[in-house]
Amino acid sequence: MIRFFANANYDFIGFRRIAYGITGALFVLTIVALVGWGLNYSIEFTGGTLLQVRAQPNTDVAAMRSGLDAQGIHGAEIQAYGVPGDFIIRARTAKVGTDADDTQATAAAVGAALDQVVGTGNYTILRREAVGPKVGGELRTKALLAIFYSFFAVLAYLAIRFEWRFGLAAVIATAHDIILTVGFVALMRLEVSLVVVGAVLSMVGYSLNDTIIIFDRVRENLHKYKRDHFSDVLNRSINETLPRSILTHGTTLATLTALAIFGGEVIRPFALVMVFGVFTGTFSSIYIASPVLMWVEQKWPGADARGVKQQAPAPRRAGDVVQA
Amino acid sequence: MLFTSLKTRIGITAAMVIAAAGALVPRSTTLRVVDPDTKQVRDVVERRVPLKRGLDLQGGMHLGLELDQSKRASADPAKDLDLALTVLRKRIDEFGVTEPLIQKQGSDRIVVELAGITDPVRAKQIVQKNAFLEFRITDRSTALEKALPAMDRALARLGVKGGGGVSTAPSAVAQLLQGDSAGAQPSDSTPVEGGALSGLIQSSAAAGYDPMPGEYLVEEGAVARADSLLSVSDVRALFPRRLEYRWAASPISVGARSFRPLYVIEDRPIVTGSSLVDAKENIDPLTNGAIVEFELDRRGARQFGEGTGRNVGNYMAIILDDRVQGRPPVIQERIERRGQITLTGKSFQEARDLALTLRAGALPVPLKIVEEFEVGASLGEDSINKGILAGVVGTALVILIMVGIYKVSGMLAVAALAFYLLFTLGVLAMLGATLTLPGLAGLVLSIGIAVDANVLIFERIREELVHGKTVRLAIQEGFKHAMSAIVDSNVSTVLTALFLFQFGTGPIKGFAVTLTIGVITSMITAVFVTRTFYMIWLDRRPTMETLSI
Repeated sequence: MIRFFANANYDFIGFRRIAYGITGALFVLTIVALVGWGLNYSIEFTGGTLLQVRAQPNTDVAAMRSGLDAQGIHGAEIQAYGVPGDFIIRARTAKVGTDADDTQATAAAVGAALDQVVGTGNYTILRREAVGPKVGGELRTKALLAIFYSFFAVLAYLAIRFEWRFGLAAVIATAHDIILTVGFVALMRLEVSLVVVGAVLSMVGYSLNDTIIIFDRVRENLHKYKRDHFSDVLNRSINETLPRSILTHGTTLATLTALAIFGGEVIRPFALVMVFGVFTGTFSSIYIASPVLMWVEQKWPGADARGVKQQAPAPRRAGDVVQA
Repeated sequence: MLFTSLKTRIGITAAMVIAAAGALVPRSTTLRVVDPDTKQVRDVVERRVPLKRGLDLQGGMHLGLELDQSKRASADPAKDLDLALTVLRKRIDEFGVTEPLIQKQGSDRIVVELAGITDPVRAKQIVQKNAFLEFRITDRSTALEKALPAMDRALARLGVKGGGGVSTAPSAVAQLLQGDSAGAQPSDSTPVEGGALSGLIQSSAAAGYDPMPGEYLVEEGAVARADSLLSVSDVRALFPRRLEYRWAASPISVGARSFRPLYVIEDRPIVTGSSLVDAKENIDPLTNGAIVEFELDRRGARQFGEGTGRNVGNYMAIILDDRVQGRPPVIQERIERRGQITLTGKSFQEARDLALTLRAGALPVPLKIVEEFEVGASLGEDSINKGILAGVVGTALVILIMVGIYKVSGMLAVAALAFYLLFTLGVLAMLGATLTLPGLAGLVLSIGIAVDANVLIFERIREELVHGKTVRLAIQEGFKHAMSAIVDSNVSTVLTALFLFQFGTGPIKGFAVTLTIGVITSMITAVFVTRTFYMIWLDRRPTMETLSI
């Protein structure tokens, strides 16, 4: 029987200060990335026109750009995509002097520029997206609301199944994951598309999953080891679930790697965000969710609280860092 | 525990397998296609796996449409949107698309999804064409000619002088603002007669064209300028009473010069397209040009008969979406039920599309496309192949890990994984859910995550074995204790997936659906099917003392 970390007895909780340091550093990086160059929203969110075209590999990008300028489309991004000769053209601003919510004028102008520069019939359109700014704005609001509401739904569920203390800890850990993932997206300059938002929400589910499995063990061990310190119960629970964590993360990473390598251009950002999510999710379950749970327990002792027996390992500071 | 009898468990598992496999058996599906040779819409029957593929996988077009009220506000937007929806349904039904989706989204948008279409430009035209048809009599009183001098004077008062020839600035309004005269450089090609408008608009006869009452010619290059001058409010106020003007749909050439006819017409139509009961494309045997033959309902026929009877010898303009089609013909006699529209310089296919939109009725208000997603079929095919490759590689890695670590138990988990895939696809087919590209990615990802429940159970069994329990008891306890973690973690995943579904558009909705179904079936396979496997195993080897795990 091959068991990874079967009888592990690491002092996870004892090392939490180092973990806070890492989290702090990552938060700083996130802020730097967000302030420095911000998020690169896809046209689904900003509105605009996207054309994926297949042309000759030697197509002149500069000529394409000036052709677009001549058609009244300024500042378009032209990007090689996948195989040579495949391009993505993104025009975020509408053709000068047209109603941006009526997407067709801009889309037609991009087509006209291509006809002129590349030549009619010398290219095929693989994909076309045209979104008015109104629709894009609606989608942004919807995406934010979805993340926001799912937060509360999970909090409510955990409050019913466990206790509100567990729910609060899990949600704080999830918030940590989302913020760091956003930082990762900014740092890697990934485009924030619907698919990436989907990845962030899946990552939330996955990270919660991990937290819940540890908490489930904590709940069980709190009943089993009534005399132990809370931090010992946490440590024990994390160690006991470690083999499961390693294996599940392993299989998940295996499929994600396959998706990142073979899944194609559209899916790659999804896979990358999820890969990051697996790591941050694991990290936050151990180093954010568990210490926060401990801190909450000390602040508002529950039925299973260790009360006065608590050795209180500098709880306040732990809480402050997490809230930052 | 429920279903403790092994026979019951095997029976239930077998039933689920049969149901899922049955849902996935290729079946005859009716596809609506356009015959490439005859261009006729027809239905063909093909056998295919009943899994709906999203637009991003099979290619197609998604349009978000809203009422375009920039030119004319709608009196009752909600009613107009519903009307537009009905019209679009009729049009697309005849266009020839398999399972089109046409539905209202929110209170102000219509979503149209057309899978597998090959000519997106044409599809867009069919969706957007207003198809507002009307018949009006052209003016014989030469009222415009009489009014032109007054219009010129009004424009002169505003600072617009004549001589604005072909090559002048396009916007008369800009000139008004600048108070500048474009007449400084008169063009050689246009004889300047003094007036701003009268210099642009001339009667057919003056241009050397076979004359016709109510018809005027404007040189093609000056159309935009003439149009903007005509819409200046002071000029509009001088336009002859009870008359209106419309431009021709296509230009004509006189000698080497190209003109756009302008028609002065009565302000009331004799009859409109709402009285149409049928319209059919055809070829005019005389000119070989494309025509559309139409038929009116009884009330329309009576109106048409009265109108044309009163106007024998007059000319009748056929106006489609505010453009005059062809040169207005002279009314030879009273026309009642049937008539035809001559389309100059249009292809037979355009005649067919026009007939189609006329049959379906006019859109109450123009529609604008506020979002458009279009994926070529080749890209969709490519996406499927990549997704399948990623799935195969990912699954192979998961199998390797599971069997490597859990030996025979791992094999049971892999077998359960096969059931998982079968069930998930089966449920997707049963619910008629759509498999999208993100959904495909979600499915691949879920293979990695689906084994989590088995991993939880196996680890628990191992713990129990380490504590010295017998194989049978360890398995029992392992399943029992892993249960709460499995349920709680899966419920939270489903909750996030539900919110994803709520906010997402097509592809993301597909992802949320696949994820939700995947999570639920993975629970069933991990908890129920794997357990059944263990029970079969223990049943065959009742004296098993060590477990391969």
